[in-house]
Amino acid sequence: MDFDLNDEQRLLKDSVDKLIATEYEFERRKRHAAEPDGWSRALWAKYADLGLLGLPFAEADGGFGGGPVETMIVLESFGRGLVLEPYFATVVLGGGLVRHGASAAQRAALVPRIADGSRLLAFAWMERQSRYNPADVKATARRDGGSWILNGEKSLVLHGDVADTILVTARISGDQRDRAGIGVFIVDASAPGVQRRGYPTQDGLRSAEITLADVRVDATDTLGEPGDALALVDRVTDEAIAGLCAESIGVMAAMHEITVEYLKTRQQFGRPIGDFQALQHRAVDMFVALEQARSMAIFATMMAGEADPAERRRAIAAAKVQIGRSGRKVGEEAIQLHGGIGMTMEYKVGHYFKRMTMIDRRFGDADLHLATLARMGGLFG
Amino acid sequence: MDLSFTPEERAFRDEARRFFRTEIPQAIRDKVAEGRHLSREDIVTSQRIMNARGWAVPHWPREWGGQDWSPIQTYFYQDEMQLASVPSPLPFNVSMVGPVIATFGNDAQKRAFLPQIANLDIWFCQGFSEPGSGSDLASLRTTAKRDGDHYVVNGQKTWTTLAQYADWIFCLVRTDMAAKKQEGISFLLIDMKSPGITVRPIQTIDGGREVNEVFLDEVRVPVANLVGQENKGWDYAKFLLGNERTGIARVGTSKERIRRIKQLAALELVGDTPLIEDAHFREKLAAVEVELKALELTQLRVVANERKLAKGKPDPASSILKIKGSEIQQATTELLMDVVGPYVTAYREEREEGWNEPPVGPDYAATAAPTYFNWRKISIYGGSNEIQRNIIAKAILGL
Ligand SMILES: Cc1cc2nc3c(=O)[nH]c(=O)nc-3n(C[C@H](O)[C@H](O)[C@H](O)COP(=O)(O)OP(=O)(O)OC[C@H]3O[C@@H](n4cnc5c(N)ncnc54)[C@H](O)[C@@H]3O)c2cc1C
Repeated sequence: MDFDLNDEQRLLKDSVDKLIATEYEFERRKRHAAEPDGWSRALWAKYADLGLLGLPFAEADGGFGGGPVETMIVLESFGRGLVLEPYFATVVLGGGLVRHGASAAQRAALVPRIADGSRLLAFAWMERQSRYNPADVKATARRDGGSWILNGEKSLVLHGDVADTILVTARISGDQRDRAGIGVFIVDASAPGVQRRGYPTQDGLRSAEITLADVRVDATDTLGEPGDALALVDRVTDEAIAGLCAESIGVMAAMHEITVEYLKTRQQFGRPIGDFQALQHRAVDMFVALEQARSMAIFATMMAGEADPAERRRAIAAAKVQIGRSGRKVGEEAIQLHGGIGMTMEYKVGHYFKRMTMIDRRFGDADLHLATLARMGGLFG
Repeated sequence: MDLSFTPEERAFRDEARRFFRTEIPQAIRDKVAEGRHLSREDIVTSQRIMNARGWAVPHWPREWGGQDWSPIQTYFYQDEMQLASVPSPLPFNVSMVGPVIATFGNDAQKRAFLPQIANLDIWFCQGFSEPGSGSDLASLRTTAKRDGDHYVVNGQKTWTTLAQYADWIFCLVRTDMAAKKQEGISFLLIDMKSPGITVRPIQTIDGGREVNEVFLDEVRVPVANLVGQENKGWDYAKFLLGNERTGIARVGTSKERIRRIKQLAALELVGDTPLIEDAHFREKLAAVEVELKALELTQLRVVANERKLAKGKPDPASSILKIKGSEIQQATTELLMDVVGPYVTAYREEREEGWNEPPVGPDYAATAAPTYFNWRKISIYGGSNEIQRNIIAKAILGL
């Protein structure tokens, strides 16, 4: 086992870290957030130039052949910067569905355009009633000659407001929560019958409510096995959770660093508050929580490609539990140890705290994953 | 030891319950229960209704509108107010500057201010904290120099809650630059309309704008607005902060929030099953309820003990109330997010005039995250929880 990055990975990390450190300096981030889409199209083009948008795709398809470790490197860095661009939605979620579910012809059509930045993706799996269960699908897909006709409503679609292509789960057969009978459909966002309402999220990203009214897609515009696509969804979700874990490490590490720096500089009672042992121990406990989370993020990265879905799910659930718990601890302490300044939008630490809090609410919170893991019998023995 | 309430005490509780639930407008109470934004007018309306009944300032001296309530009555008053989601009478007025003026002010000040403070005809904000002086409040640097029958005040206050609504600000200012830091401080009442005062809002992480910076540039304040003696302001500030702490347990607020959590968890379905039927969720909730019950009794013990202490001397045990009370309130905001689930993530801005967008998900979702974010403040202000631990360590444990 080797926890060190190889030369190529190090190169990738250095270049992404450098880009994010300048482009996502706190004041600059505000400017990106103020752009019409809530993020920067210019930066998106830079990501394309750097090869980040094509990173996880096979070279044969027009990508760069990166694996889970490469994605982890990028997302950790993006976590540090609190990056606003739809990388997670397009490359990790949408790209995951394409990598694992698209035919060669579909990949040839999609991957080059994802990689060059000309196509944004979103994954519309959630519905009003589904909470975190991707099998809970009411939206329907009905076959009509050479087409599918889609109807239904999709909710909390991350970056669904800007996506050019929306990947939609819909039910072909079965009951509302049956695992069987689900398909993933490739929907052009400008197709007749697609309506979306975008809105900001608590962490400064954007999501959309999407309505599909008799939306017609070609019979071949499906990913995975129509009627049996949930395995694909699970696989991509697990990879995405591993990605969120990596991003969380960037978020937590930044909060911890900022807090330690503040303890060294903030003066009260004639000395830096970091002189108080009570606060030193709190900063240490944050550090311990961060390192435990980092280990589990690495575990998630290791296991994201595991072929056995049960083993994969168990590992991913465990990682999400740790990330959720460590994240809450590190975040709440970061605010507390700052005092009033931590409560303000003008100061950066609160933005990290908000991002961390929202990551816990994506693809199931720590409680849900703990229940999953417990139901599966835990990790050992 | 007699652990039951008397029939009179129970009758009082019923009276308080009826009053708060029938006299304070439902629309205002709904806003509190739902964690929505209260307008200046909401707060004024509610306090004036209480004041008309003599219930805005029950802990004040009788001649200024106080009620000679027993500790149990005071407890029921607070508890029922919070259970009914009635906004507390403005703490800056009734718990902070009012008691200071009533105790240390002169007769002219009492007559000029106390009735208006009780009725919220004058809105006060609290000008204690400064950028460099938070926990170490006594290091404050805003100065007041005597010039004839005026003080000339220069400096900056920060985190000033609702300064944008305030008519007056009570400030700690340095009047003796040479003295030891606690000994050169005075307590001044300053009209917010005075030339030289600028208020700049600070946005908090929940998106709200409840705190401000207040800049004081050559502000002329009549000497008549000095409360008590010059250079004795620190004593008055300590007296005031002691009052602030007992109010902060907010047991009734947490009880009400738990009721609401149960109500919403019964609506929220996980598959076919209401969340409230999920054993793990119920255990998490019950664990908070145990802590809350313990706190309620601890509070009653602290309150009962108050009578035995010298008047105006805060019990260091009230720091327990501050620590636990804030932790429990924060835990309930987390549980509320657990109920709401994924819809916590959607951001919906609430303006003064109401929501600017239709809801995403259930209509109770939008306030869950902002409340959680905003409630981080309660372990920071009013003497942070770390400072409360220092107090207990020193004053109770003798460490
Ligand atoms: C929402 C909000 C509203 C507020 N409203 C008002 C208001 O209306 N008027 C007003 O005057 N003030 C107000 N305050 C200010 C509040 O009282 C201060 O934030 C508080 O006193 C802490 O000061 P600080 O923010 O400067 O943090 P600091 O004092 O710098 O503390 C930073 C961290 O160090 C810890 N710390 C400091 N000293 C010690 C020590 N000796 N031992 C261990 N730990 C220590 C603190 O607990 C905290 O965790 C408000 C604050 C907030 C957040």
